[in-house]
Amino acid sequence: MRNRPPLLLLTSLVLLFLALPIVLIAAVSFSSAAYLTFPPPAFGLRWYRAYLGSADWLASTWLSIGVAAATVALATSLGTLAALALGRLPRAARTAAAALILSPLIVPGIVVAIGIYYAFSRWGLIGSPVGLVLAHTCLAVPFVVTSVGASLANFDRRLEQAARSLGATPWGAFRQVTLPLIRPGVLVGALFAFITSFDELIVALFLSGSGAVTLPRRMWDDLRFAIDPTIAAVATLTIAFTALLLGGAHLLRQRALR
Amino acid sequence: MTQAASAPVLLVGPLLLFMAAFYAFPVLAMLARSVTDPHPTLANFAHLAGDGVFLHVFGTTLRTAFIVTAGTLFLGYPVALALSRMRPTAATITLVIVLLPFWTSVLVRSYAWMVLLGRRGLINEALRALDLIDAPLRLLNTPLAVNLAMIHILLPYMILPIASVLRQIDPSLPRAAAGMGATPWGAFRQVVLPLSMPGALAGTLLVFVLSLGFYITPALVGGPRDLMLSQLIAQQVDLLNWPYAACLSVTLLAATLVLLGATQVLPGVRGAFRLGTR
Repeated sequence: MRNRPPLLLLTSLVLLFLALPIVLIAAVSFSSAAYLTFPPPAFGLRWYRAYLGSADWLASTWLSIGVAAATVALATSLGTLAALALGRLPRAARTAAAALILSPLIVPGIVVAIGIYYAFSRWGLIGSPVGLVLAHTCLAVPFVVTSVGASLANFDRRLEQAARSLGATPWGAFRQVTLPLIRPGVLVGALFAFITSFDELIVALFLSGSGAVTLPRRMWDDLRFAIDPTIAAVATLTIAFTALLLGGAHLLRQRALR
Repeated sequence: MTQAASAPVLLVGPLLLFMAAFYAFPVLAMLARSVTDPHPTLANFAHLAGDGVFLHVFGTTLRTAFIVTAGTLFLGYPVALALSRMRPTAATITLVIVLLPFWTSVLVRSYAWMVLLGRRGLINEALRALDLIDAPLRLLNTPLAVNLAMIHILLPYMILPIASVLRQIDPSLPRAAAGMGATPWGAFRQVVLPLSMPGALAGTLLVFVLSLGFYITPALVGGPRDLMLSQLIAQQVDLLNWPYAACLSVTLLAATLVLLGATQVLPGVRGAFRLGTR
């Protein structure tokens, strides 16, 4: 059935509504004005220079990248191992384990954040990157388990058994047979884990303290005092970076399907 | 125990222990404060019913969730319908536009609305340039700003389940209706619309549930008088009023679980989710 003009018009307007705010941020970030105005009087890289010249912004950027990298390492290894065995658990145990592992997708962010804050403040984990990595790993794991689980669904277990019967050790069979075949799922899970941690704000609001101010946390702090176009530059870079990672994930999936 | 039986436990175990220690235990210990403070009691929950602040905040939260859900349904359904009938190339482009904001952080999207709606924002500047207003309108830090920004953020969650159900509908059904004399509108209303209801219901429940727990957006673009439940919880934690914060958290979590439980029970809705996540 063809789309009629009124429906196409309405759809275009909604798509404009979806895209416009993000395009606007990019436009503002290239503005030359000292405060936020639209349209910008002239274009320039002033706010990107302000970002690159600020020790605070750069420190937060590196911290966020570091925390996200550590989260990827932990979430991907723990999540991949669990995904491999989840299907072999007895039914009741599998349901319970899956409920726990996937629940961070459902429990409201504020409830998770204050719960973690409640315990971590007693354990001295406030204002430390370690606390952020531990918390972000729990939030990122569901993406790894679902992504690896999806690629395992297409994986023939008999290949592993064949390797074992030909004399491979369990670890050898995993490394030489299973891992290469599920690698796209693992990599996609790792990318989503990275984005989850890199963009995470609510937990960071409670755990960052003054010692571990991540990039989203610094943006939040700045937004509460003054809206300076430096944030627009940072936001534009973040969007571009995330889009790049998602494009990578998409390509990996395409290749896995072939 | 044989090796075959113990191996799965050894592989899943580390993750379960990790999540129990750094996620489940912290959250449950915090929630427990709602019934253990100062001694085992349900009094904290009994107080909620007569608590003016809670009732006001709960009312604001429900109202916002209703408006946002209605808004996303009204704007999202036509997009899903158009998407389901597009050629592959156009459909891919549309999907990218729908999904790009989906993966842009909530913080960045809320900031975009601050830029649009601020005193010197795009909308005020445009209205002034057109000589329609003398003084800037107060748009930011209002319920309107919260509703707009949340509709923007949650639209993909409405569009995707509806589109996935619409794509499953056999295209020969509306064609048959047209062949038997139905107008295009009639074929849509009597054939396509009823068949797409599970998707619409899935999207509606999902958006409503996600709306209830919103924190960052109302905190940035909302007004100080229209707190949402999440904001009240954060505020109580800042005041170290843990029993009250825990009580509110239990309420929010219970509402979330009950509504999501409904998606597992209602006919067809569960399938819409499974397709929607692909």
